Amino acid sequence: MKRTTPFACGCAMPHEPGFSCDAPTDGTGALGAAADEAVLRAVFPEAPTRRAMLATFGSATLMAAIASVFPLGHAREAFAQAPAAPEKRDLKIGFIAITCATPIIMAKPMGFYERQGLNVDVIRTAGWAVIRDRAIAGEYDAAHMLAPMPLAMSLGVGVANPIPWAVAAIENINGQAITLAMKHRDKRNPRDWRGFRFAVPFDFSMHNYLLRDYLAEAGLDPDRDVQIRSVPPPEMVANLRADNIDGFLGPDPFNQRAVFDGVGFIHVLTREMWDGHPCCAFAVPRAMVQNQPNTFAALMRAIVEATAHANKAENRREVARVVSAENYLNQPETVVQQVLTGTFADGLGQVQRVPSRVGFDPFPWHSMAIWMLTQMRRWGQLTRDVDYKGVAEQVFLALDAGRAMREAGLEVPASPMRAYTVNGRAFNPANPAAYLAAQRFRRN
Amino acid sequence: MPIPFWRSTLLSLALLILFLGAWELGLRGSAATGGNVVDAEYAALVGAAAAQGGQTPMPMPSEISARLWQLLRDPFYVRGTNDQGIGVQIAYSLGRVAIGFGLAALVAIPLGFAIGMSPLLAAVLNPFIQVLRPVSPLAWMPLALYTIKDSSISSVFVIFICSVWPMLLNTAFGVASVRREWLNVARTLEAGSLKTAWRVILPAAAPTILTGMRISIGIAWLVIVAAEMLVGGTGIGYWVWNQWNNLSLADIVIAILMIGVVGLLLDRLLGWVASAVAWQE
Repeated sequence: MKRTTPFACGCAMPHEPGFSCDAPTDGTGALGAAADEAVLRAVFPEAPTRRAMLATFGSATLMAAIASVFPLGHAREAFAQAPAAPEKRDLKIGFIAITCATPIIMAKPMGFYERQGLNVDVIRTAGWAVIRDRAIAGEYDAAHMLAPMPLAMSLGVGVANPIPWAVAAIENINGQAITLAMKHRDKRNPRDWRGFRFAVPFDFSMHNYLLRDYLAEAGLDPDRDVQIRSVPPPEMVANLRADNIDGFLGPDPFNQRAVFDGVGFIHVLTREMWDGHPCCAFAVPRAMVQNQPNTFAALMRAIVEATAHANKAENRREVARVVSAENYLNQPETVVQQVLTGTFADGLGQVQRVPSRVGFDPFPWHSMAIWMLTQMRRWGQLTRDVDYKGVAEQVFLALDAGRAMREAGLEVPASPMRAYTVNGRAFNPANPAAYLAAQRFRRN
Repeated sequence: MPIPFWRSTLLSLALLILFLGAWELGLRGSAATGGNVVDAEYAALVGAAAAQGGQTPMPMPSEISARLWQLLRDPFYVRGTNDQGIGVQIAYSLGRVAIGFGLAALVAIPLGFAIGMSPLLAAVLNPFIQVLRPVSPLAWMPLALYTIKDSSISSVFVIFICSVWPMLLNTAFGVASVRREWLNVARTLEAGSLKTAWRVILPAAAPTILTGMRISIGIAWLVIVAAEMLVGGTGIGYWVWNQWNNLSLADIVIAILMIGVVGLLLDRLLGWVASAVAWQE
């Protein structure tokens, strides 16, 4: 495979081979000047004195005088190379071929990683369990995960030992749907769904929790009145066609793909259950934050910028074209475009226009994590009470994401906690126990 | 009386054409039913069949062959990590099979020799072999991933573990059933044990060993497809999984065809080696 490594110099900016960069590494460029100024300020802390000295002797003479007693050359070099030269440039990031991964994927062909001086390989992976195992094995430096997965891994739920991973950024908000088989086109009330067989992508997923909550609010016990199976998304469509399942709450593009192939219709978009709910996350091992802070910061900048780019409605068509290619999602472009633009066929003969069908917002709210933890506890995945807020703070890196968002000129929320309404029920993150106690059907 | 070659070939071809023709005509017939017509804007957003109120049908042989031609015209392209030609994918799979199978042969044939020559060793190892042999090779996968921590080496390990047993058992059986008289003759001629093994036992057991190898390579080729579907990355199995991800049945049919052809070639290769070492009394 051809690898381009245009990063021969230390300035962390991509160049074509043969071109020199804006910031020479010997410290004679703009960064070198900044180093000079820093030293000058250190030698003459008071501004009036400094200005007087500069006016009397001129900057060149003054710097030469300082250089005779201070290794200014070294300081310039060190300063010129210091800002954000990533400790590790060649990174592997695993992803699952669904539209939730859009920012992670598009950052590669659209140059967001490259602009941060990173040489990233995005690798399509066979399933969530494989993503998790490869992430644990260290084959991936970072990965696209379902937002509850790092919580479960960090708590040691569903894995052999606790493995500290963190949600560096949320990828998408909304963008999922319940798709039902065509034969159920008249059964639009969930109360009529007793005995249905549903598919969700993974046990530790927002899809599982949202579907269970939706059914429970309609008076159905998700463990007794219906069947919920964990099925890889492409097989959801195939199973729907084969009549092995009655419907699924799954990621796009597979809801739209079911419509495209005429096997199902979109019953409800998840934005109508919880507007602004998180789904997938950009996850990193927690060790990376400490051991490779510059790589982590560069990755965060790339992801936050890509996420912001993907969120703009005017960019969506171009993004759909880029990510639907064979190298990434490998889907018909029209299917991905319908998901991202929100102008879509619903499978019942109507064209719907919902621009907020999917959104991209990197901020990892602690309150989102707390909601997920309550559901893990509710359905018995988590068999003990935990400090919800403490876990959320450790796993959801709101501080780091906020810093990268501020650098990118995005608005950063003042507090990482806010209240939600999920399937009609108010959720207050300050009191998760009360929320849990008020919910019908619990397995704890 | 032997049947002439051209006659059986002709009949095979006729059967194939009959099968494909029935497939094509059957689908053309069912696709012709016009359903409820929807407005043009909606029709542009869904597949051709869904616009008429139906489901996307099974691909026809003509569509599959067009796709096959498209794939075979440029089988060795590499456009990034996740998009590589079908020839490249098959080469990856063959590479993994070659390494796993080669390692298995290096272990199984000497060990099989030892078991075949020593009844004590055979009795000691027999319970282990009998318990481990019937285990599906894919059941080893989670264990391999957990301990080796590398998906590519794990799939090679799975190939190793599935191809080791037929070779081991056949070698042991072949070595154990070398005729007593031949060994006695060797002893009369005062041949050393190494010389006996090399000049008498190995040629005598070679056809049985080769049979084991032939069985092994068949199993290895079966298993690599499943293993690659599980771990992904590269290889023909990953390609199948990937096209399944795209719900492209035409590509699945093509993959089945390719896997079959490559499997046939591997079997023929070892069959040819086997005929070279065969002997008759």
